[in-house]
Amino acid sequence: MADVVNPPAAGRSFGRTQRHDTWWVEIVPVVVLLGGFGFYATLRAFEGRFYEWGPYLSPFYSPLIDPHHHWWLLSPALLILGGPLGFRVTCYYYRKAYYRAFFLDPPACMVSEGRRTYRGETAFPFILQNLHRYFFYIAVIFLAFLWRDAVRAFFFDGTVGVGVGTLVLLVNVILLSLYTLSCHSLRHLAGGKLDCFYCAAFGPPRHKTWQWLSGLNQRHMLFAWASLVSVGLADLYVRLVSCGAIRDVRLF
Amino acid sequence: MREATLRVFRGETTGGKTADYRVPVAPGMVVLDALHYIQGHLAPDLAVRWNCKAGKCGSCSAEVNGRPRLTCKTRMDSLPLDKPVTVLPMKAFPLIKDLVTDVSWNFRINKRIPPFQPRPDAEWKIDQRDVDRVQEFRKCIECFLCQNVCHVLREHDKKEEFAGPRFFVRVAGLEMHPMDGASRAGLLRKELGIGLCNITKCCTEVCPEEIRITDNAIIPLKERVVDEFYDPLLMLVRKIRGAR
Repeated sequence: MADVVNPPAAGRSFGRTQRHDTWWVEIVPVVVLLGGFGFYATLRAFEGRFYEWGPYLSPFYSPLIDPHHHWWLLSPALLILGGPLGFRVTCYYYRKAYYRAFFLDPPACMVSEGRRTYRGETAFPFILQNLHRYFFYIAVIFLAFLWRDAVRAFFFDGTVGVGVGTLVLLVNVILLSLYTLSCHSLRHLAGGKLDCFYCAAFGPPRHKTWQWLSGLNQRHMLFAWASLVSVGLADLYVRLVSCGAIRDVRLF
Repeated sequence: MREATLRVFRGETTGGKTADYRVPVAPGMVVLDALHYIQGHLAPDLAVRWNCKAGKCGSCSAEVNGRPRLTCKTRMDSLPLDKPVTVLPMKAFPLIKDLVTDVSWNFRINKRIPPFQPRPDAEWKIDQRDVDRVQEFRKCIECFLCQNVCHVLREHDKKEEFAGPRFFVRVAGLEMHPMDGASRAGLLRKELGIGLCNITKCCTEVCPEEIRITDNAIIPLKERVVDEFYDPLLMLVRKIRGAR
């Protein structure tokens, strides 16, 4: 006989598991990447300068509202931060990521979280996750501004051109568009909510749309991380160019 | 012949211990084969529930090296055999004996779900593309591995308030059925407690039928609950339509 085990009574203390693998390795990249991005984005949002250079505007500051502080004395980024932040915070993928990595609820599958009380998403504040579709609507508005910024980045003092920054902003807005289009709420609104695609008005085109969005939705996690990294790097690039640390290279 | 040590739980409701058994490993052998070897040669009183040994009956669920698995689909050569392979019963359900647990709670939950109710005006003709969406949910073999891994049941024991992933899959199959006329959104929110799910996707990770439980069943159902109870615009639209 080996160790005494009573499976029904096992668990309850944090980290207790019968798993043989290093389960905590799964959450380390999430803590590092999400935590690092949160720290960097907070610093940049409060910095309030080095957010534009030539035709480039940092995605953290777009749309740019009251940059000359006529009525808003703090950083303009703070006026708009809530929109994209709300979209990511209530996103079904990020919920999984941060419930596991930051709330340890649970830290990994089959690993005890050691908590007595649990209310899931039935009570404040997590019941607000149900408003994800409203943040999606807001995200679409932001996306329109970011596409405008990406197009503007092709125009240097009235002439058409392409710089490294142009490509950085273009790639960023493409990844953000893929992330937004792969949203679970959009998939539902576009057609998933129908019980019968072929009985409903506009059912067949909605079915096609739902199918296409479902294909994107399967890569939602990939787009979530790729767009998070790209938005951070796009801001960093604009900042470095704006403060003179590096020079933007004109490709043509 | 190569040998492996299986560390198997032995005990009943009052408690128990793991016991080590040396088992010869043959090519293509699965954990259930090893358990049968133990039954046949070393411990004839070992209790194991199994039926088809083909991954379709959902009977032989257990925790192999701390992971919920069908023992008939877990090959011995996929496990590190330099250490003992632990085989424990599913933790989320009451133990009966050794590796056998009492899963009857699931059947009681199942009875709470209103069955298929055809729409009164339904034309009994279904487009294949409508069938395709719900077909995935019919693949469930009721192994209850998803129920076992779900921390709401396993860790917090919310069996009175929460139905678990298996039954969200069942409800999804009914709610998205093109001929069904019943709405189960209220049931999902209250009696089945879908709000307790914090979508950590463990159920999807363990499903032997590879049903995308979270993305295709739970999240779409959560969105339907939002339609009904949390979306102020839709609530207003319904009110205006109702007033006409």
